[in-house]
Amino acid sequence: MQYIENAAGRIVPTQVNGRETLPYQGVGKFLPQGRKAAPPIRSCAQYAPDGNKVAPSLIEALRRAGLRDGMTISSHHHFRDGDLLMSQVFASAKVLGVRDLVWYPTAVFPCHAPLLAYLDAGTIHHVEGSLHAAFGRYASLGKMRGAAVLRSHGSRYRSIQDGDTRIDIAIIAAPAADAFGNCSGVGGRAACGPLGFALADSQYADHVIAVTDTLVPFPCVPWHIQGNYVDQVVVVDQVGDPAKIVSGTTQITKSPDQLLIAESAAQFVRDAGIMRQGFSFQAGAGGISLAFTIFLGAMMRATNTKARFIRGGSVRPLVELLNEGLTDYILDGQSFDLDGVRSLRDHPAHIATSPFTSYSYHGKGNFASLLDCIVLGATEVDVDFNANVVTHSDGYLLHGIGGWQDGLFARCTILTLPTFRDRIPVIRERVTTLCGPGELIDVIVTERGIAINPRRQDLLDALSGSKLPVRSIHDLKAEVEAICGGAPQSARVGDQTIGVVTWVDGTIIDSIKRVA
Amino acid sequence: MTTSSASAGTRGADVRSDCWVLVEESAAPTIQIKSKVEALYGDSIRALIASTLTALDASDLSLTMEDSGALPFTMMARIETAVKRLRPDNSRVCLPEINPAAQYAITRERLRRTRLYLPGNTPKFFINAGLHKPDAIILDLEDAVSPDEKDAAQMLVRNALRAVNFYGAEKMVRVNQLPRGLDDARALIAHGVHTILLPKVEDADEVRAVESVIASREAAKQSPDLEIGNWKLEVGNNAVHHPPSNLQSPFLIPIIESARGVLRAFEIASASPRVIALGLGLEDYTKDIGAERTAEGRETLWARSQIVNAARAAGVTPLGSVFSDVADETGLRAFVNDARALGFEGIGCLHPRQVPIAHAAFAPTPEQLPNETRVASRSRSSKRACWGWV
Repeated sequence: MQYIENAAGRIVPTQVNGRETLPYQGVGKFLPQGRKAAPPIRSCAQYAPDGNKVAPSLIEALRRAGLRDGMTISSHHHFRDGDLLMSQVFASAKVLGVRDLVWYPTAVFPCHAPLLAYLDAGTIHHVEGSLHAAFGRYASLGKMRGAAVLRSHGSRYRSIQDGDTRIDIAIIAAPAADAFGNCSGVGGRAACGPLGFALADSQYADHVIAVTDTLVPFPCVPWHIQGNYVDQVVVVDQVGDPAKIVSGTTQITKSPDQLLIAESAAQFVRDAGIMRQGFSFQAGAGGISLAFTIFLGAMMRATNTKARFIRGGSVRPLVELLNEGLTDYILDGQSFDLDGVRSLRDHPAHIATSPFTSYSYHGKGNFASLLDCIVLGATEVDVDFNANVVTHSDGYLLHGIGGWQDGLFARCTILTLPTFRDRIPVIRERVTTLCGPGELIDVIVTERGIAINPRRQDLLDALSGSKLPVRSIHDLKAEVEAICGGAPQSARVGDQTIGVVTWVDGTIIDSIKRVA
Repeated sequence: MTTSSASAGTRGADVRSDCWVLVEESAAPTIQIKSKVEALYGDSIRALIASTLTALDASDLSLTMEDSGALPFTMMARIETAVKRLRPDNSRVCLPEINPAAQYAITRERLRRTRLYLPGNTPKFFINAGLHKPDAIILDLEDAVSPDEKDAAQMLVRNALRAVNFYGAEKMVRVNQLPRGLDDARALIAHGVHTILLPKVEDADEVRAVESVIASREAAKQSPDLEIGNWKLEVGNNAVHHPPSNLQSPFLIPIIESARGVLRAFEIASASPRVIALGLGLEDYTKDIGAERTAEGRETLWARSQIVNAARAAGVTPLGSVFSDVADETGLRAFVNDARALGFEGIGCLHPRQVPIAHAAFAPTPEQLPNETRVASRSRSSKRACWGWV
């Protein structure tokens, strides 16, 4: 394998899983040439005129799709930890004797841990996509045959669109579908919200199979995925476990330290003048992000400040803001609780979005850069404001990127983090793995103070009269190292590259080494 | 045959910021560690263990550690506890370096609206407690620590007083009821405790007994050879020992928790010039008088008023008890309003999120202030806030 130093000073391979790759060149530096990829042309003559595409079984659908060794199979995580489909898909592939598949999910969850057996057995060659916990550990120990290729949600769309990845068979889990293949995320027993993660796959895959447990007569609306892209429809007993797809109610964190960080972040947004009539923001459903939304919502209520739009992950506190008229729109990528699902179904200003509209860097603009601010987490940041979101400080790959990199393009990117976790300093001299360049990261909010990127003199000026504890990142780092007992050793990692982190434009921003 | 091994600390999947230590008599001593932070601090942990055992003159022991992210001050306390459980005659101590940022003076007159209770043997709660801006934190050696962990908690709290920055909060320790409380006081005085809370006080002599312990320790503190009693001070982590002469002489707060204590409240509050406030514990008091606890608290009204009256007569601050339903913010506000109306100037908090609510409820409303004092009071409170988060 050949290596090259990229524009961020990271050493990255020039070839990944047999395909030539380009090193990261800087934010906005790489401009793609050529035309988009395209799936094969199909004719209506190849499909039943009555629109019935229902196959008798999943295994038969896979056989008809021409499943064979080495194919790339895609899936999506809108069922989160309640997915019951992919275990059926790979069990079928094993029965068919197919080997060396590349699994191309938008994310894996704890429920997928049993699928590691298919990697051991050779049915799956490797996984390209976000690798959580068990899968990440598997890859970090050098057990996976191919390299893990980590892409953000936007970059996954881009990769398919640009032809970096060709999907042979896309498997789309549908809470409700009709025989024509229209899929809805808000009907059926496993209603989960938007299905936007599957959009690229429906448009570009060679073959598309929709799988549902709730078949409704044509038309299945709202069609979050259009049947005109779908080759076959399969009906199974149960496609997802509703209890694990969305939580019944969103739990706000009880951790006083997380609440302190969230409250400080909200106060920052207020004091920096970002919270003003017609503003916009995005915050996720994690402990701190959710609490941030609640604190900011209370400030919006108290001052009657209305947002124009809020980007979801939708959760109850966002839905409440919409219902109270404190935002005109929710632009939703996924729903984390039942309130989010119901609101998407019932409220005309709760709009489903996709990684193309929200995040893709190879489009004619995207929504992320229109945001006034975004609140994100990270596993580590360094004194140059670079951040890591995929590996722990011991080198293990344990998290996916999600929409994290795409969101960095918001006008003000705020990372909320504790300064250390269980003695592990989060503010480092240099991040273990580079996922986001510091020039896009504006503010670090911690329980011990707020560090503003020196590049953002405007924010420093805006906060000059505020009571918030603004400190230099070096100062925070020094305090944390004093608490933790000195600067940590560097993680001992080996030479073997087990994965790469792609930047939003498809270039390689960093590589991940096997843990020694 | 004496026992050949002893352990200290906690371990398990749910444990955070603590460690478990086993020491064993051994012909060929070894050190084994299993740590969540091995990749980042493995070398430094091994060095700390070796230097701590040397300081304790216990390098001949084998040591096994299971670490869940304990900070150095905790590791040192757990090792010392395990060694002393195995060898009760070992009188050496091993102290973490004093953290200069964590040492600050407090005044008798400062506000004591909130006292945040921290269980004395649970280090994970210590580290960020001060960030929540309570007026005081209480490292609790009494009710929050089980009888068989009293030794461990005493060493842990001693080390925390030296090493942990509570960001301007008054560092209070609730010692055990006498006579054990005298031993706690003796062990902690030279390490930066601001105020010692004495539980279940029924007699002014108890206060005087602690006062005389403080006096004798203060005399010993002046001695240049760092010999205190029969304890030889050893400082771990290769640190230079900072003489504790810059540390403040502790104040006292007796806590009244019985019928007899209430009747003697004035004597107790007047027993020593070190007494700065009088507290009360209603749980034990209610049991003692044979009453039932009610939401309205009529059964304790007389006692609460007595405490306020005795404290005021003695020129010290009356401090109210805790509000235990941490999820009930409305109830907490009502509780604070009620306490304030009776004359109390502070309450105990069991969760950091109670702190800002209590502070807001203790702040006088503009209507309650005469015009000329409004501005002055505001500037006083903004000054008070300057050490931490606002």
